[in-house]
Amino acid sequence: MSDITKQSLSGLVENIKSKKLSSSEVTKAFVERSEKSKELNAYITEDYTNALNKAKKFDEKPNLDLKLPGIPMAVKDLFCTKDLKTTAGSKILNNFVPTYESTVTQNIWNEGAILMGKLNCDEFAMGSSNETSFFGNVQNPIDKNLVPGGSSGGSSSAVAAQLTPITIGTDTGGSIRQPASFTGTVGLKPTYGSCSRYGIVAFASSLDQAGPMAHNVKDCALLQEVISTYDEKDSTSIDFKRNEYSKELTKDIKGKKIGIPKEYRVDGMPKEIEDLWKKGIEYAKDCGAEIIDISLPHTNYALPTYYIVAPAEASSNLARYDGVKYGFRADGENLIDMYEKTRSEGFGAEVQRRIMIGTYVLSSGYYDAYYLKAQKVRKLIKNDFDDAYKKVDAILTPSTPSSAFKIGEKTNDPVSMYLNDIFTVPVNLAGLPGISIPAGHDAKGYPLGLQIIGKAFDEQNILNIAYAMEEKINFKNNITDWWIK
Amino acid sequence: MSIDLKTIKHISKLSRISVDEKKAEKLSGDLNSIFDFIEKLNELKTDNVEPLTSVAETTLKLRSDEVKSKNLRDQVIKNSPKENEDYFVVPKVIE
Repeated sequence: MSDITKQSLSGLVENIKSKKLSSSEVTKAFVERSEKSKELNAYITEDYTNALNKAKKFDEKPNLDLKLPGIPMAVKDLFCTKDLKTTAGSKILNNFVPTYESTVTQNIWNEGAILMGKLNCDEFAMGSSNETSFFGNVQNPIDKNLVPGGSSGGSSSAVAAQLTPITIGTDTGGSIRQPASFTGTVGLKPTYGSCSRYGIVAFASSLDQAGPMAHNVKDCALLQEVISTYDEKDSTSIDFKRNEYSKELTKDIKGKKIGIPKEYRVDGMPKEIEDLWKKGIEYAKDCGAEIIDISLPHTNYALPTYYIVAPAEASSNLARYDGVKYGFRADGENLIDMYEKTRSEGFGAEVQRRIMIGTYVLSSGYYDAYYLKAQKVRKLIKNDFDDAYKKVDAILTPSTPSSAFKIGEKTNDPVSMYLNDIFTVPVNLAGLPGISIPAGHDAKGYPLGLQIIGKAFDEQNILNIAYAMEEKINFKNNITDWWIK
Repeated sequence: MSIDLKTIKHISKLSRISVDEKKAEKLSGDLNSIFDFIEKLNELKTDNVEPLTSVAETTLKLRSDEVKSKNLRDQVIKNSPKENEDYFVVPKVIE
């Protein structure tokens, strides 16, 4: 069967279950395409030989009752994978081979999927363009020299370029939804506490969530159903009744109330984004949804809040990288010198910048002015959403304030890079689920995404809205395989 | 507000990240532009607002205090950049 890599996850599962395709055939197709796609730099670590062996083993005794039977996939290199190097995109973890498996990836292997390799990402997931990775930037398959977004940039590039049928990323301030939007793919950031953080390299623990990335909403729903479990190894994992998201998926969203927050009409927003949003509202109406204007008055304070809370938590989480127990070590004249040189040589510029911000806002005399202040504003932001959800079932916004930008375009101006996450960050601060779906193209032909934000634990509802709108939008990605010689 | 080189040196010491003059100047510029952006929060009055420490409205679950993983010494030491039998090795601390 030709064009295996063009098939959706659901298509591949069906073909494997009906024995039209074997896991070996599918795995071989994705491995071959990945090998031809090195120019994208989507992978940090390839594990193709093991993947092909596992596929062969699966085919010898296939368990077709599983949800991901013999499906090959690569995952973001922020998930610890037992016996396979896990770097978090950093020099400081360049030689780190976990002796344990993250809960989320374990859930995936338990359902029959096969690991192909680890995907590039911004260092410790700190970035919006995949340019902070120690392993180099990633190309967006949409166009040469275009960033794939970040921090899950290897993941978005690999899905869009069909190197993997699906993948998982992590989202602390937009790191699943923004890259999905930049590559014409679908990305879901689940409710905080939905997917276990156990075995995920920590960035900002009160914001980090793992989530699925895929070609379409249905595939996203299936993967979410697999990865979302209660886990006693994560003290913030929440024990709630999880749906079988893909089975309960419906396009019937008649009468659903969808809010349009006026504060998301930010200054200097390109007309293309405004137009896309208007189009999105029309699509939602066509699906039978009721559109309601709402206000989220503290939206403008979300980014400044985020750039206190996230670096503060990061500076604390990253204190563990000291060159003693694992990872890179630089030689020093004494213990302190060894620590300081290890961290100075082992971390890249953006990570050092954020550790310094975090250390400063937590330091003696500044804690109340910055960190406590940010936690209070975070409460106001969450209250905004709580108030809005008294009137509406979900909220529709653009995913990003622009389409993908050029590699190198924003690297010298951290604040302009941070502004990329203006529509996604509030969702993390409030711990809510949000999904980005491709909804159109700009004048250059680059994809643009719309974001649907839900109530906590209401993933099913935003998946349903996304599923209904996806059909009306009928998005087609323009990918020409320019990188394949 | 301005973060001068002296402050940068102080934060770098707290962060255990060594910083030379050139890097300190670059960091000072970057941090000042980021803090200019963060200052926006001062527009808001928050005296009577409760700080949000966790979005997960849940209490910690109790569990029985049982050992679940047996001797993990080899796994724990496996990724150490330098070890000596059962120990992590660091530069000499006491003369």
